[in-house]
Amino acid sequence: MPTIRFEQVEKSFGAVRVLPPLDLSLNDGEFTVLVGPSGCGKSTTLRILAGLEELSGGEIFFDENPISGLASKDRDLAMVFQDYALYPHMNIAKNMSFALRLKKTPTAEIETKVKRVADMLNIGHLLDRKPAELSGGQRQRVAMGRALVRDASTFLFDEPLSNLDAKLRGKMRTELAEMRDTLDKNMVYVTHDQIEAMTLGDRIVVMSEGVIQQEGTPEQLFKEPANKFVAGFIGSPTMNFLDAELVSEKGKLLARGDGFNLPLPKELTSNLKDYSKREITLGVRPSSFSTDVKTGAPIELRLVVSEYLGAQSTLVTKCGEAEILVEHESSSPMKTGGVLKFGVRTEELMVFDKETERRL
Amino acid sequence: MTTASKLNRLTPYLFLAPAVLLLAVALLYPIGYMIYASFLDWRPSQYIGEAEFVGFRNYINLWNDEAFRESFGVTLKFAAVVVSLEMLLGVGLALLLDRKLRGMAALRTIFILPMMIAPIVVGLMWRYMYHPTVGIFNRTLKSWGLDPIPWLSDGTWSFVAVVIADVWQWTPFIFILSLAALQSLPQSALEAAELDGATGWQKIWHIKLPLMMPVLIVALLLRLIDAFKVLEVVLVMTNGGPGLSTEILSLRIFRTAQEFQELGVAAAMSNYLLILLMILTVIMFVYNKAVENRAARLRAEAQEA
Ligand SMILES: Nc1ncnc2c1ncn2[C@@H]1O[C@H](COP(=O)(O)OP(=O)(O)OP(=O)(O)O)[C@@H](O)[C@H]1O
Ligand SMILES: [Mg+2]
Repeated sequence: MPTIRFEQVEKSFGAVRVLPPLDLSLNDGEFTVLVGPSGCGKSTTLRILAGLEELSGGEIFFDENPISGLASKDRDLAMVFQDYALYPHMNIAKNMSFALRLKKTPTAEIETKVKRVADMLNIGHLLDRKPAELSGGQRQRVAMGRALVRDASTFLFDEPLSNLDAKLRGKMRTELAEMRDTLDKNMVYVTHDQIEAMTLGDRIVVMSEGVIQQEGTPEQLFKEPANKFVAGFIGSPTMNFLDAELVSEKGKLLARGDGFNLPLPKELTSNLKDYSKREITLGVRPSSFSTDVKTGAPIELRLVVSEYLGAQSTLVTKCGEAEILVEHESSSPMKTGGVLKFGVRTEELMVFDKETERRL
Repeated sequence: MTTASKLNRLTPYLFLAPAVLLLAVALLYPIGYMIYASFLDWRPSQYIGEAEFVGFRNYINLWNDEAFRESFGVTLKFAAVVVSLEMLLGVGLALLLDRKLRGMAALRTIFILPMMIAPIVVGLMWRYMYHPTVGIFNRTLKSWGLDPIPWLSDGTWSFVAVVIADVWQWTPFIFILSLAALQSLPQSALEAAELDGATGWQKIWHIKLPLMMPVLIVALLLRLIDAFKVLEVVLVMTNGGPGLSTEILSLRIFRTAQEFQELGVAAAMSNYLLILLMILTVIMFVYNKAVENRAARLRAEAQEA
């Protein structure tokens, strides 16, 4: 499988610049997940890689060979399109087997392959229907199936599970994870879904407005986000951001704000030794709060709403004027309107520069 | 259902009735006139009411009339040949010119010009180009040292000459419809085919043509109907000759009414043509209806799912 490298790749549509120069390497056999808000250029990146959009600048290399002159069909890619892009006039079996038929694969082999993939996707009973006769989620699975029957070296997935119900999505995720572990293929996967990104990705690339914010393993992104954007994007419920100022007290560094006064952990203190500004943004994960006040620094929150999610609830609380989300076990319900005491695990706190939004 | 709601349902029909009636009369009167006339032995100088009623005699006589049968055959052959050629060329050109290049818009406009010229002018133009001595074709042949071609004076060549003129004029019709069909194809399906490894030809054969098919079939039927009624070009270029080699049906009908003064026979001929065209039209409607029904059914099914 080729190593894929983007070098200073740019893309503009007319005067609209969608991708500023972008560098990105996709290692051999790796499952790379692209995440980012809607409209940030994820599909554009995939389409450029697939050769469906021309580059406005830069070059893409497969194993050090430039490929911008290579037609899509010669790039040995299989792609699941965000809008499915099924062939309207062919039934599902024909849709899925199109690439194989073009390659003059023996009929028996085509049949077994299509059958296997269709069964895996729960669409085995739909093989002689046309795309217009399917529901959205069924069409999406056909789009997936059409890519999976192929033996390409690189697979591109553009939000392939976005239209499936939770149960099916879970099943598909497992199938994909299994594929990732058993097949030696490059896979590039675009998603909005936290869980998909975290569970599937060997490596996650977080994009915003065409710029790569950070790339790394799911754990790296969660524990050591490069900036406020990544910290806010990875993790669910999202991280709380609070305006605070740094105060030194008895040789200890504190983050003080409206309604809280939290001591910062040691390594942060040493990181901030030479930091001259006082105004910062404090990041607290919803999972950093504990009802056991003794486990961390105390904080008082006023409960506004409790959102029940099953075993866990998300508490929407106020700390002064700021809103704070707290993850909480549903088994010990809380009364709304009351003031609650929590302990904050301060070793999980993060500090961001207020202007550059970099993590300090 | 209450009387009031029944009345409410009838109201739109009541309002529409006079207009529909008027339209029906306006549409059907001339056709009814022609059908009636085909059962008469009728001269132009006579009032239609005084013409002798002869039943199916005109139809039966035509059935055994060599000249009529020949001209029916010529018409069939003409329609089949020109429409096949026009489909091939028109679709081919559309496939060729369906790209986003500079100057394409201008080129497309030029390609559809022939369609905008009056058929009688087209006929005259080609007649002079086919002229045995001063026409462009034979002058060119001569300058290359080749023998001149008897374009309009030989049976086979005159058929070819008429076919060429018609193809020249009507290929643009197929072209413009095909181009519109091509440009409204779902781009993403073509992109998917590209990624599935399809070459240019394979995309045309497996994706573009099948998806264009509904438009192509309608275009084909429209052209067929029109080709069966061709008159001016042939009239001006060959006047049906030499012999009966290009005596297409409309010409025969025209001659029967104008020169032989047999209006009843001409009407019967027209009705034979009408029956043929009606069969074609019904095929077209049935096909369209089937396509529509299928689309509606699929939409409904997809909604249920
Ligand atoms: N053909 C085009 N012409 C002009 N602008 C385009 C075109 N395609 C995409 N864009 C713009 O480029 C930007 C990135 O689009 P892209 O489809 O890559 O976003 P995305 O990250 O895939 O979003 P989503 O998650 O909603 O699918 C958007 O602002 C979009 O409006
Ligand atoms: Mg997208």
